[in-house]
Parts: sequence; structure tokens; C-alpha cells
Amino acid sequence: MPMEANWTDRRIEGAVGNLLRGGVSLAALIVFLGAIIYLVRHGLSPVEYHVFRGEPADLRTVRGIFRDTFHLRGRGIIQLGLLVLIATPVARVALSMFGFAAERDRMYVYFTAVVFLVLLYSLLGSPN
Amino acid sequence: MSTLEFTLFVCAGSLLAGLVGALTGLGGSVVLVPFLTLLFKVDIRYAIGASLVSVIATSSGAAAAYVKEGISNIRIGMFLEIATTLGALLGAHLAARVSTHAIAIVFGMVLLFSAYFARKPRPLHERTLPPDPLATRLRLNGSFPDAEGDRSYNVQHVPAGWTLMFGAGALSGLLGIGSGAMKVLAMDQAMRIPFKVSTSTSNFMIGVTAAASAGVYLRRGYIDPGLAMPVMLGVLAGSLVGAKLLMRVHTKWLRLGFSLVIALLALEMLYNGLSGRI
Repeated sequence: MPMEANWTDRRIEGAVGNLLRGGVSLAALIVFLGAIIYLVRHGLSPVEYHVFRGEPADLRTVRGIFRDTFHLRGRGIIQLGLLVLIATPVARVALSMFGFAAERDRMYVYFTAVVFLVLLYSLLGSPN
Repeated sequence: MSTLEFTLFVCAGSLLAGLVGALTGLGGSVVLVPFLTLLFKVDIRYAIGASLVSVIATSSGAAAAYVKEGISNIRIGMFLEIATTLGALLGAHLAARVSTHAIAIVFGMVLLFSAYFARKPRPLHERTLPPDPLATRLRLNGSFPDAEGDRSYNVQHVPAGWTLMFGAGALSGLLGIGSGAMKVLAMDQAMRIPFKVSTSTSNFMIGVTAAASAGVYLRRGYIDPGLAMPVMLGVLAGSLVGAKLLMRVHTKWLRLGFSLVIALLALEMLYNGLSGRI
């Protein structure tokens, strides 16, 4: 029994490793593509990050980011890449939850579910 | 400065931060926020948002490699992530309510701690400790491949470790750093987990912790794509190169140099925070 559990643990770890690598690579690729569009269009305009304004509404929400991406806006596409990046650990937690469920480790399914809910709340919960 | 110049400079600086961070094992994120705020006069909230994103990128990249080696303990990681993610939510909410001066001052103090931590010799507790009832019930004890075959360990002081992890999460959410040093401290010093397991499990947890506060930052409009883009790509490239070079570079002097840089940045952040410049 311990042998078997250990084997499943290793298999989850392998899947988690691939997921993390894939998520980060995809995010970096999307950010890079967005960066090209953004720099071609706005490369010569001046920057001002010393004043804090906060991002416009369309770059704050999942729906707004998708809409901007659809219109091929550089900043929107970069933000989509960042969203993929933020979603990668969330997907990892979900994957671990299935892994623990497959091992019938109920206690760790609960622990993982708590972490998953905290992450969902952070991404989709109330803005303040 | 034009957007193109700014992007290239920030990307180059982030690449260096990622490279040195990977080589010294201290993570580059701790120098990113001072670098952006002190050198480029970026508002600290934008800097924290960009740093947080780069933390997710580097830790996920590194964790992918560690996890496959079977050194990190996913149960310890998962159990403690409850503490770090809740802490991160608290930190992210505090970041909106605390003044930027206060953030700069806390940042300076955390930097000082990191500089000290980088210089501290690694404690060796090779002795196998008796199993702790709570840790056993939570199935936290484990083993990892060592030079002489598999080595098992028994986790101690679970409540203390959990509390420290909550604090590490809060600092991560408030300052946009991975707070790897504090995570390692909680596992290695308080919970008596072997150093190798502590560092790789810490790396494994950093991405999830940072994601918990990054969501809040994104929805609040603190993550600017034009700034986060060069930071994330630069740090990621730097840390990948760093991980490749790691086997061939002697890191003792690099660690010393880097901790001096961190200490200087700490003083600069404290000065700017106290005088109200940030």
C-alpha cells in the first residue's frame, strides 16, 4: 500500500511539473506576441509610471482582457498572457486535488480544496 | 524616455536580477521593486504588481524541475499553502490601505533580513528526530533521495511553522516578493525539515502564494501590462540562464556581493520611506 501511494505521488509530481512548464511557456509566448504589437504601436510615446493611476477597467477583468485580445490590442494581449501565468498555479492546485482524490486521501482533498477556493476568490471575488 | 527605451532598460535590469537571483538561490524579486522604484521612479504599487507576476513565472519554472527530482514534499507544500494563500490575501488587502511610505519601510526591513539570511551559515541537523503526533496525523513526514540513498525525516512544531507561513504569505502579498527566505526559515528552522527539502518545497509554494495576491492586484488595477511585460520576460530569461550556469559557477563571492547590494537597497528603501519620498 505505501509503495502504491508513493508511486501515485510520483506520477502526480510528473504531471504537475509538465503543467507548470507548459503554463509558463504559453504565458511567456502570449506576453511576447502582445509586446511586439504594443511596442510597434506605442514604442515611441513617452512613459510615465511615476504617477499612479490604476489600470482602466478593461485590463482589470477577465472579460475585459478577452475583449481587448479579440481586438488585437497589445496591452490586452500582454494582460491575457499574465492571466494565463496567474492561472497556472491555480490549475496546478486543481490537478493536485484530483491526484489526492485518486489516492483516496480525503484529508488532503479538503486541504487542497481550501487553497483552490482561496485562489478563486482572489481572482474572481469582490474588488476591494 | 520613450516606451521602447524604457522597456529595453527594464528588461535588461530584470534579466540581471533573475540571473543573480537564480545563481544565489535568493530569487531576483527581492531587488526588483527597489530597482524599479529607486532607479526608474516607478510608483511602488505598479512595481509590486509587476514583481508579483515575475515571481509566479520564475517559481513555476523552477518548481517544474524540482518536483520531478522528488525532493519537494507536496503534502507539506499543500498543507502550508493554506497558511500562505490566506496570508497573501491579507497582505494584498493591506497593500491598498497602508500608505506607500509604510510599504517602503516594511520593504526595507525585509530586505535587511534577506541580506542577513543570505550570509548565515546553513545549520546542520542530521540527527533523525522522533515523530511528532500532529505531523504524523497530517502525514507530513517523508523521505528524499540523498547521496546515501533515501533519507527520511520527521516534521516538528507544526503550529509554529504554520503561523510563520501565514506571515510569509502576508509579506508576499504586501510587498510582491516570493518571501522564500521566510518560508525556508519556517520549514528548516521551526519545522526541522531538511534544508534541501525546505528550499525546493518553498519554491514549489511561492507560485501559488503569489497567485493568491496577484488576482487581487489585477482586479484592483495594479498590474500594468507595459511594465509587467519587460519585467516578467527579463526575470524569466535570466533565471533560466542562471539555472543552467549554476553547476559551473562558484557562488560564494556572488552571494556575498548580492547580500551587500540587498543591504544597500534596504537602507535606500528605509531612507525613502521615512523621508516620505516613496
